[in-house]
Amino acid sequence: MQFSGRRKKLIGNFQNDLYDQCLQFYGQPPLENISLTEFETFAVERLKLLKTVENVGVSCVKNSEQYTKKLDAEISSLNFPHRGGISEYEKRRKDHISHFILRLAYCQTEDLRRWFIQQEMDLFRYRFNCLHSKHKTDFLHKNNLKYETVSAEEKKNLKDKLIASSYGLSGTKVEEHDVYKVPFQDALDLVRTRKVYLLAGNAYIPHHEIVTIVLNDFRTRLSKALAMTARSLPAVQSDERLQPLLSHLSHAYVGQDYSIQKNIGKISLEQIDALSGKSFPLCMRHLHKALRENHHLRHGGRMQYGLFLKGIGLTLEQALQFWRSEFVKGKVDADKFDKAYAYSVRHMFGKEGKRTDYTPYSCMKVILSNPPSQGDYHGCPFRHSDPELLKQKLQNYKVSPSGINQVCPTTSTHLTRFSTVCVKGFLKLNLVEDAGFSLNHPNQYFTESQKFLSGGRDIKKEVDMSQRSQENPASVTHPSQANSKQAHEEMGDLDSFFQDE
Amino acid sequence: MPTSDYDPACLPDLLPLYYRRLFPFSQYYRWLSYGGVSKNYFQNREFSFTLKDDIYVRYQSFTTQNELEKEMQKMVPYKVDIGAVYSHRPSQHNAVKSGTFQALEKELVFDIDMTDYDDVRRCCSAADICSKCWTLMIIAIRILDRALREDFGFHHLLWVYSGRRGVHCWVCDDAARKLSVAARSAVAEYLSLVKGGEETLRKVVLSDPIHPFINHSLSVVERYFQQYAIVEQDILCSKESVDKVLALLTTHIKKDLTIYYQDEKNPMKRWDRLCTNKAFHQGRLSSIKKGGQYFDKEIMLQYCYPRLDVNVSKGVNHLLKSPFSVHPKTGRISVPIDLKELNTFDPFEVPTISLICEELERPRADEAEEDDVKDKENEQEAGERRRIRDYKRTSLAKYVKVFDRFLEAMARSWKGEMLKKSGELETSFSVFLTFMSFTYT
Repeated sequence: MQFSGRRKKLIGNFQNDLYDQCLQFYGQPPLENISLTEFETFAVERLKLLKTVENVGVSCVKNSEQYTKKLDAEISSLNFPHRGGISEYEKRRKDHISHFILRLAYCQTEDLRRWFIQQEMDLFRYRFNCLHSKHKTDFLHKNNLKYETVSAEEKKNLKDKLIASSYGLSGTKVEEHDVYKVPFQDALDLVRTRKVYLLAGNAYIPHHEIVTIVLNDFRTRLSKALAMTARSLPAVQSDERLQPLLSHLSHAYVGQDYSIQKNIGKISLEQIDALSGKSFPLCMRHLHKALRENHHLRHGGRMQYGLFLKGIGLTLEQALQFWRSEFVKGKVDADKFDKAYAYSVRHMFGKEGKRTDYTPYSCMKVILSNPPSQGDYHGCPFRHSDPELLKQKLQNYKVSPSGINQVCPTTSTHLTRFSTVCVKGFLKLNLVEDAGFSLNHPNQYFTESQKFLSGGRDIKKEVDMSQRSQENPASVTHPSQANSKQAHEEMGDLDSFFQDE
Repeated sequence: MPTSDYDPACLPDLLPLYYRRLFPFSQYYRWLSYGGVSKNYFQNREFSFTLKDDIYVRYQSFTTQNELEKEMQKMVPYKVDIGAVYSHRPSQHNAVKSGTFQALEKELVFDIDMTDYDDVRRCCSAADICSKCWTLMIIAIRILDRALREDFGFHHLLWVYSGRRGVHCWVCDDAARKLSVAARSAVAEYLSLVKGGEETLRKVVLSDPIHPFINHSLSVVERYFQQYAIVEQDILCSKESVDKVLALLTTHIKKDLTIYYQDEKNPMKRWDRLCTNKAFHQGRLSSIKKGGQYFDKEIMLQYCYPRLDVNVSKGVNHLLKSPFSVHPKTGRISVPIDLKELNTFDPFEVPTISLICEELERPRADEAEEDDVKDKENEQEAGERRRIRDYKRTSLAKYVKVFDRFLEAMARSWKGEMLKKSGELETSFSVFLTFMSFTYT
């Protein structure tokens, strides 16, 4: 395996041509060689950016000042091209390459594709709107969007008709700004509502509306490209250097991973029952209840719930006491517990074996990995439960009937929406309008809920970048890799170790 | 020309004759092959037949003109519908892996049905039509034809009389045939102005500024409105119909008109009063709601503007009655309409199958010698020649001529397309290949 420490130097002129535009359609894949390091770094950073795009899109009104500020900040901090500044070559290169890497990771299923396209579109829209008018036109021309601008003379002839058909168009605007001639098939939304002037099969689009057209084009191209990428994916996946990273990228959670326990020892075991009713997300509440009722949980449930408890602040001693006291009420005596189960609890806390301090599962991981089967209680109820049972459960937890209807997902709910639905559950339970956060992690739910209940609601801080640094001296993996990759790898060992049930 | 009385019971005897000697198969095949620009275009086209006793069969397809003829002569369909061009031969759709059999292309079609105007026509209802309400079809054709050509840039439109109570439009341009479902529905919505069902009183709402398309449509409607609505339909005569009109107006205007109409009985004067009411109320801002100043235009549009069924136009796989199909209830042939003669088109003059079959039987002395000479040619050609001679002897002739002209205009565009195609490179794989060369160390 050859790792190149440096990338190939490119000839000056070529540099200028390749990335002379701030924004691009990602029509041509990158052709250079890059190091594995860059491959990983670029991918993870773009993923962070897209996650921010998603979060910001959910929590702020698009294009509002707040939205703009947050996105701007993230783009700068992650070193992506920003507002067409000079000498942005490196950033543009990163933009280009990282997009294509993520295509590999996100082309495989309908859900992943949809998510990727949505975030890339939002990002594109934002960046396009930031361009100067002249750059916008340049962009259209360079990208073969055969949208000619209407000549001044034609504009004059059609002026009244244009004003009568397009929203927000005045006489001066027609004269000063460009009007684009677009085939009507590319402007269907405007045609359908008759909000545009049509002549000989062309829609006459004023400058300020051209972004919608461009976005449609972007979406179509990206959709087709992803379909094609999916077909060629087996060849790429067979490369063992890439396969692990790609599969983890699509499952990756890049927010806080709750491996740094902030509240160690602040929770007492007596509080857990009460907390489960108030601040646990539905999946953990479910697991807790099952544990109390059956005095047992299977491996998947122990991992998901046990790590969550660690994340909320339980110490190892507390965890051992917690699990033992419950298991002993069931079929397991104290001896057996110490022999068989205690080891796994200590393992969770990094006190056995490789001594990796495992990170609590993110929502993505809970939803996508290890679906529950008969006798299991883990997983995401919004994803894995039978809808009727889910409704009943919510009723038992005293969610109002209208609340239940809003919260229960339908068959058309897709992957990333389950956590949104979970948050809605939080809203209904606590009778709040706006959660102020978008959910990615069960422990995040707990933290936010506790914050809310204690009356201190401050605006959610930016994703803590420090989680990138490894707290754990025992780990040997690459610092820039997503933590979940490491966790997943180790998890594989743990799984095979415990063969019970 | 006297129309032979048509009796549906005769259909089983007349249809075989029709399909053997009158149906213009050669032109029909030429149309649906579209110049052979796309491979298998005709072969992958779905037809559906309604046979005797209402037996309905779908996914009929044919490989050649000859096969089409033979099958139709054998099955003797009462109705023929045309569907989409599919990815595979429709007759073999069961043999295709599920999910891969798909409708790919079809003409953009519109169906204007007189029944949809029942709330605004007084002369007839349901399936009936008369010369008075036929004006609505003329208005519809003029408005839609202009819009499809001028706004959307289409060139090859075939308007067909359905045989009973409406007209169909087949937009046959290459671009039209390739439209997606979303595009078709967008076009249909663009063309729709009358919205709402039983519950809605005011079905047309105009607001400032008025889109150029609406203005164009209004100028057509205005040309016909007074004669059609005020005179022929008499909408401002009886109390019942006057009330219907007044129901669309604001209270102020309604009050004013009710008083005025007590004395004034002349419908034309009543309409004038209605229109000038706008000027009368111009000063009173309170009575002018947003766009409320266009109430006279709204009324005209509600009574005359074309009502189309968006669902017919939306679906790529939607089946529509074929031109030259026979209407089983009226016996009339679905004939193309010559737009140059639109004002004089009379749906009651359209030949019935009984008429043309009867015309066929009438011998024409001057033809006798020609027959002998031409029969020496090969049989199929002779058969075709006979058939061409045959329909020319009947009232069907002039309608086939309209169809011929339509085909000629299209044929010119097919030639252009053939040239373009031979010069095209396949670019779809170049990106794929470039991507595959993305390497890393």
